[in-house]
Amino acid sequence: MKFLKMNVKLLGIVALAATLFVSCNSEKKEIVKKDPATIALNGTMNAELTAPPFVPEPVGDRPAKKLIVDMEILEQEGIMTDGTTYMYWTFGGSVPGSFIRTRVGDQVEFTLSNHPDNKLPHNIDLHAVTGPGGGATSSFVAPGHSKTFSFKTLNPGLYVYHCATAPVGMHIANGMYGLILVEPEGGLPKVDKEYYIMQGDFYTKGENGAPGLQAFDMKKAVDEDADYVVFNGKVGSLTGDNAITANVGETVRLYVGNGGPNLTSSFHVIGEIFDNVHVEGGDLINTNVQTTSIPAGGAAIVDFKVDVPGTFILVDHAIFRAFNKGALGMLKVSGEENKTLYSGVKQEGIYNPEGGTLQEMPDDPNAKKVVVNTNKTLAEKIKSGKDLYTKTCFACHQANGEGIANAFPPLAKSDYLNADVNRAIGIVINGKTGEITVNGAKYNSVMTKQTLTSEEIADVLTYVYSSWGNNKTNVTTSQVDQVKSGH
Amino acid sequence: MNTILRLSISIILLWGSIANCQSKMVEIKGGTYIPLYGSDSLQVSISDFYMDVYPVTNQEFLEFVKTNPKWKKSQVKKLFADGNYLVSWESDTALGTTQSQKAPATNISWFAANDYCSSQGKRLPTIDEWEYVAMANEDIADARYIENYNEYILSWYEKPKTFNNEIGSSFKNYWGVWDLHGLVWEWTSDFNSVLISGESRKDVDNDSNLFCGSAAIGATDLMNYAAFMRYAIRGSLKASFTMKNLGFRCVKE
Repeated sequence: MKFLKMNVKLLGIVALAATLFVSCNSEKKEIVKKDPATIALNGTMNAELTAPPFVPEPVGDRPAKKLIVDMEILEQEGIMTDGTTYMYWTFGGSVPGSFIRTRVGDQVEFTLSNHPDNKLPHNIDLHAVTGPGGGATSSFVAPGHSKTFSFKTLNPGLYVYHCATAPVGMHIANGMYGLILVEPEGGLPKVDKEYYIMQGDFYTKGENGAPGLQAFDMKKAVDEDADYVVFNGKVGSLTGDNAITANVGETVRLYVGNGGPNLTSSFHVIGEIFDNVHVEGGDLINTNVQTTSIPAGGAAIVDFKVDVPGTFILVDHAIFRAFNKGALGMLKVSGEENKTLYSGVKQEGIYNPEGGTLQEMPDDPNAKKVVVNTNKTLAEKIKSGKDLYTKTCFACHQANGEGIANAFPPLAKSDYLNADVNRAIGIVINGKTGEITVNGAKYNSVMTKQTLTSEEIADVLTYVYSSWGNNKTNVTTSQVDQVKSGH
Repeated sequence: MNTILRLSISIILLWGSIANCQSKMVEIKGGTYIPLYGSDSLQVSISDFYMDVYPVTNQEFLEFVKTNPKWKKSQVKKLFADGNYLVSWESDTALGTTQSQKAPATNISWFAANDYCSSQGKRLPTIDEWEYVAMANEDIADARYIENYNEYILSWYEKPKTFNNEIGSSFKNYWGVWDLHGLVWEWTSDFNSVLISGESRKDVDNDSNLFCGSAAIGATDLMNYAAFMRYAIRGSLKASFTMKNLGFRCVKE
């Protein structure tokens, strides 16, 4: 605290000195910020528009220009998750819509075109616009027509744009939002990688995962009962092959928006701390932030240096949204390990409170006394297996064994599971890393070894095999013991 | 004798089929109703009138253009129809290859639709007349509070390319009128009399009359959403505009 006060004093002195100094040389340098409204234009250019997760080139030190933005509205069917499609309404054919990058003082000439095949009129409200409706009034456009309006960017920051045609909520819920960045003069500090991520909540007639073309559900939207909460318009838009990437030592900047329509995002990257956050997308910078709150219709700019390799999971830390509704992405960082920053697992042991010390894992499985109840009926095994499943497996493999696309393989109707019982037993005992193919899809994640007794493993696998269309194998304790001793 | 009989039968049949081509109309019994947007007062009175059972089809509009050359797409005045007028037609007097003769005629301006109706001694319906008939489902005259009626309308917004579906492919309502929902939007004579500024949120603040039906959550809310879209699309139009998803039908006293 004292230190802080001293700092403030010092700062005051420096500022005073600076003022005196400047006042002596007032002819040379202006300290008053230029009124952005008076910034002169220097030429015309067409804006580069990008679909997520990419962003256009930084403005750098280019002068303010007349910036031509042409955006097309498309109503089109797209994939929400494997087996489920949705009729998206889009700015530029993607959800979120095309990223627009400007600098303070630009004169943006914006043309909004509504594709002739579309059924509905639309418009655009850009939060970066100073003017009635953020442009909505001037851009209301019927299918098969276009409207042009222009505005000057006065305030630097990261802003949401969205459709504001009645019913506004439905237009936003169907994907009509995106981000427009207004960089300060000279641009934002240079970084190595930049990405564009936007969260949105979706409301469908069927529950999460219900197959086929799913219609928008107004009742659920009004009740704020989302079936999907996702990054970039769909489940898995940023996982597996779609993951964003960086190399160790690079600085990554994420432009993160939240289209809503209803939910606030608790944006977090598992295993990283944001070095800088432009709170709410504005000038205020907070440092060393774990989770930043992004309101519906708001945004944040976060950056951080990646120091160690690995996969970093992007989530809405209202965590059921991440693991059960789709708000999960991946940042894959490649490069050299740095054991001083992160060691990985150093030692594994058994924690025994009575003994008061950590003990080594016994090599001989028979050393562990297990009371085996060989008289359990199949129904009893399934019942106990179900309880175990809920405690141990449910978080990743999900309530009905459906898994999570691109992250955790399904157990329901799983070809991989049904093909080899002993392999399945081995995975529960020893865990599993590396790529496997389940029902035609590739998975590359980690399953930890499970600390279960042979009987518990037999029960839980029997439950899994007798559920969700699997082949009803009755796994016995002795089978599990055989696999254990085989290793 | 036999020949004469056959001839007269075939003439009668021919006359019958021509009469069928001339779009059938049904009587709509007038009454009062509260529209979603009451422009002046809440209750609106509707007099008895007749309405076309189906939207005007491509085939019907083609016949009209053949006898009214000023509505050929090569000759139409730009003031009366925009650049997309009959855009899918192959020529002045031929439909496009993918267009169904019995699909509703679309990419028609208000001026063209208006002229078509007057050429038949009819007129375009008012918003109130159209909405009055369109609030019926199969069984009852005012189904606006019934959930699946609203869901049907909302689901149409998510079905692509319904403009090329044939007339008679959605449902026949209480009055015996087909396809008011499920194929295309339809012109009304006074489409721009309820002004939506394009900034719908502003409308909310300024004119609570516009929202007279919006009291409760639930079916009412769905009703608003389904109907809002019709008012929104009308608000986005000008009389010279044409759209792929916009057709029309006629009424008379």
